[in-house]
Amino acid sequence: MKRPLLACALMAAITATALTPSSTTLALGNRPLSSGGGLLGNGNVAHAAEALLAQTLMAIASSQFDIALAEIEKVLQQYPNFRLAHLIKGDLLMARVRPISSIGSASEAPAERIADLRDEARARLIRHNQERPVDRVPRALLQLDPAQKYAFVVDTSKYTLYVFENNNGTPRYIADYYTTIGRNGSEKLREGDKKTPLGVYHVTSNLPREQLSKTYGTQSALYGDGAFPINYPNEWDRRRGRDGHGIWLHGVPFDTYSRPPRASDGCVALTNEDLLAISKHVQVGLTPVIIAQDVEWVEAGAAKTARSTLQQSIEDWRRDWESRDTDKYLRHYSAEFASGKQNLSSWAQQKRSVNAGKSWIKVKVDGVSMFLYPGHENLAVVTFEQDYASSNISNKMRKRQYWQRENGHWRIVHEGAA
Amino acid sequence: MGLAAPVPAQNDELQEAQQLLKQGQTDRALERVEQYLKTRPKDARGRFLRGILLTEQNKPNEAIRVFTELTQDYPELPEPYNNLAVLYASQGQYDKARSALEMAIRTHPSYATAHENLGDIYAKMASQAYDKALQLDKGNQAAQTKLNLIKDLFSSGQRPPKVAARTEPSVKPVPAAPVAGSKPATPAAPPVAATPAAPKPPVVAAKEPAKEPAKEPAREPVKIAPSGSNPEAVLKAVESWAAAWAGNDVDGYLARYAPGFKTPDGEPRKAWENERKLRIAKPRKIEVRVEAAKVTFNDANRATVTFRQHYRSNSFKASANKTLIMVKSGNQWLIQEELVGG
Repeated sequence: MKRPLLACALMAAITATALTPSSTTLALGNRPLSSGGGLLGNGNVAHAAEALLAQTLMAIASSQFDIALAEIEKVLQQYPNFRLAHLIKGDLLMARVRPISSIGSASEAPAERIADLRDEARARLIRHNQERPVDRVPRALLQLDPAQKYAFVVDTSKYTLYVFENNNGTPRYIADYYTTIGRNGSEKLREGDKKTPLGVYHVTSNLPREQLSKTYGTQSALYGDGAFPINYPNEWDRRRGRDGHGIWLHGVPFDTYSRPPRASDGCVALTNEDLLAISKHVQVGLTPVIIAQDVEWVEAGAAKTARSTLQQSIEDWRRDWESRDTDKYLRHYSAEFASGKQNLSSWAQQKRSVNAGKSWIKVKVDGVSMFLYPGHENLAVVTFEQDYASSNISNKMRKRQYWQRENGHWRIVHEGAA
Repeated sequence: MGLAAPVPAQNDELQEAQQLLKQGQTDRALERVEQYLKTRPKDARGRFLRGILLTEQNKPNEAIRVFTELTQDYPELPEPYNNLAVLYASQGQYDKARSALEMAIRTHPSYATAHENLGDIYAKMASQAYDKALQLDKGNQAAQTKLNLIKDLFSSGQRPPKVAARTEPSVKPVPAAPVAGSKPATPAAPPVAATPAAPKPPVVAAKEPAKEPAKEPAREPVKIAPSGSNPEAVLKAVESWAAAWAGNDVDGYLARYAPGFKTPDGEPRKAWENERKLRIAKPRKIEVRVEAAKVTFNDANRATVTFRQHYRSNSFKASANKTLIMVKSGNQWLIQEELVGG
């Protein structure tokens, strides 16, 4: 009688959070796949610990306690610092001694730590059972720059970082990883609010272990095997008065395999194993990191129309700039436009006077990436290499624009160097 | 955790050695046993006693060797496995202790000492796992204290193996060798053997009277709980059974068993009663707690009571899950079957 108690308790804990309807099949190792199927075997060792853990939980749910104990031993052999696995092992042993009523029956244990580990069990089980986006893409990934080999998309509600490969401009899912986000959830607004920002960001630097030790000494242990700072607050965050700093993707301390789903000060933390895996995909200054509360998925080809509409707007803007017809050029700018201290009228004034003195302008736009801003359906972040030449001056720069759709027309609300 | 101790042997030399052990003269006892083994190097009982003596002399590695060899030569005996487990546990090798105990139980499923010891090992391993899960190793005073307490329980070195005097000499000569136990152990091997689930400590009181007294079957068509299905009455019976035991009241204790009581190993009722009498009549100070008692009615005249039994004497401590199957006889609830573990 004591053991079924454990099964009930675990199942209650597991199902307490709504599993997505499609994932109610809890069959072992039987993750529902999209029609594409089969891509999971993509050397995705990141799931090994999670899959074993899920098998343990499933064995418990079906009252196969000896199997559960054997499974959890396997997990611990491979991941000796996996705290959640230790907790479950403790429960499995304790259930042989006395009836236990929930995950984490250690007496005198700090309730908060137990709650953290329960959350991790739930998050990992949901992750294990969720469908992998083998033939879908996040709607936000409108277009990748050919130079961007990979893109990261973080879903804060699923505690998951997805890696997409740039397959001739079309993103293709290759892996996903359990992540820890801010203690207080997402949508960072203020310094110290312990939330993870939502938006379109890019990796700004690479801090491998040696670098972290050099710069931060023993404190750097928190970041584990490495860190990739991102550009929070970005132009759009600043414009909305959001502050704070130091939002990184990083590893975890070496004395633990993973951290609870909500535990960071706003950073996105991955197991060290997973951090090293994604580090192979990082291009400093290029790799986009899109963080969303709930990623919206679309069919791989579905972005076509949206992409070409925006592409056309960019092309029109480029051509109108070359035409030196400043009024035409300015039609592409929103009334809400702002860049640094300039608003639309000061921007217009400056462009008119500059353009007046030129006999010709040539603008080349290359390597364009376009991302829809999470939570803002009508906002897109566009980044490209701009090669500007004119009768009296020329320059090359990497430019970033924020385009906003107003009454069906894309208009620029921010423009500046990337 | 209890070491299983040997039965008094018929052989003079061994009996002497036992006597010497009781008096704490382990050196002389060991001499005597070694003398005995010279002529009978394979003798299980002698080797077992030698293992006990080496344990007493705080030579765990030698004792481990003795018991390991015994498990190889007599794989059907649970006691050497049990003692091996105690030694491993005292060295903190819980995984080994666990598998040894599991072997002991495999050889003899109702071997209570092994069950109880295994419970201790599981608890200990669980606590280690929790510590790792929650990083309690540092600065958590409560957890620290608790661990130390458990450590004491396991330090068999300090606790002389209790020799449970066996009344009936085992019938089988050789393999029946080591028997009895410090924890209310069961003389496993011998066929006629005595108490399997025996050494249950007397239950003193049911602290938590069944809070969830079975489901009230009122609405259920098949299982009609007659007005007599009162969990309190069942619990009261358990309490008086426990009280009789704790109070060394043999007659009161035995009166709590139904005429059709299933003896643990299927031995004759008389043999079982004799064995119990010996244990219970012996005056000693003990303490027992009954925890989380739960009564489930199978029908109007049958109930299953489960609880956690914590037993403690000045020399020995054990906790085990216990199940009593009770039958109603007249207006009394009596014990039909008594199960340890589960």
